[in-house]
Amino acid sequence: MLTKKQLFTRGMLDISPHMLSVIPFGIICGAIGVELGFHPYLVYAMSFIIFGGASQIVFLQLLSGGASSLVAVASVGIINSRHLLYGAVLSEYLEKLSFIKKLLISYVVVDQGFAESNKFFKKNRNEEFLHYHLIGTGCTMWVCWQIATLSGIVLGSFVPEELGLKFAIPLTFIAIVVQDLKKLDHVIVMITCGLSSLLFFDAPFKSYIIISPVIALFIAALLLRLKK
Amino acid sequence: MTLAAIIFAGILTYFTRMTMIALINRDMLGDKIKAVLEYVPSAVFPAIIFPGIFINDFGTFIEINDPKIFGALVAVIVGYFSKNVIATIFSGLLSYWLIIFVF
Repeated sequence: MLTKKQLFTRGMLDISPHMLSVIPFGIICGAIGVELGFHPYLVYAMSFIIFGGASQIVFLQLLSGGASSLVAVASVGIINSRHLLYGAVLSEYLEKLSFIKKLLISYVVVDQGFAESNKFFKKNRNEEFLHYHLIGTGCTMWVCWQIATLSGIVLGSFVPEELGLKFAIPLTFIAIVVQDLKKLDHVIVMITCGLSSLLFFDAPFKSYIIISPVIALFIAALLLRLKK
Repeated sequence: MTLAAIIFAGILTYFTRMTMIALINRDMLGDKIKAVLEYVPSAVFPAIIFPGIFINDFGTFIEINDPKIFGALVAVIVGYFSKNVIATIFSGLLSYWLIIFVF
């Protein structure tokens, strides 16, 4: 049985390699916000209040492009709706927690944290304080994201644009799913999702980000039925 | 005005995180749904990966010889065999930089 502290540290360690892509991306996010002409306090407030990478950039780009606040808010909601799927997966491991703890822990659920904690949970189902792993991944992400966006806001885009560091984001997610390429059913689901995301990329409100997972999960359900 | 919109967007985002964790009881999901949920990482992350590689900043498709495709392929191969996140990201970035800066 691991202690709370051990689990928290393990979570921190499991997510830290992803900071290689998260930190440059955060700096870019902060810098873009200021470049688009928004007040630095507002740009930072987003990292604290929304705390959701790409959705923050989209929000500011839409507003500065003349879109209504309603459209910007709706887009953030749709981009971040993928968290509903993460929550559904994580709920199995968090069901014993009190309601208040569930409310608090929800704030730090992010893509990479979900991915790494979910991998850990699957292998260590019987640990008593599993949720400390999720707190570890989430808090690490939170602290790095705040520092990274703040530095981008204060120092501007000191990450040279020619380096194309935004490309580190798809790479970080490749690292997350690459081991599942061993399983044919997962490969089919991934390709379905990827191709759908390109096909529906121009759908309104960036909804490709939730349309393609729904299509891919539908295919997954069909595959499960075929397996039987 | 913008701050109000940020707060609304934040509340909405928080609800997407909290709803399934705090308001849904696991027993409400049947075994079939639980089995499908096993596929969530494979069903969600390619929607971030594919556009990040194949679509450029202007929302159009990249050329077939774009260095990002080469970088992504290298990252997949290195990641598959090394099982290491840092090696995956670095190999992808380095091979991408190799093409844009050297060739």
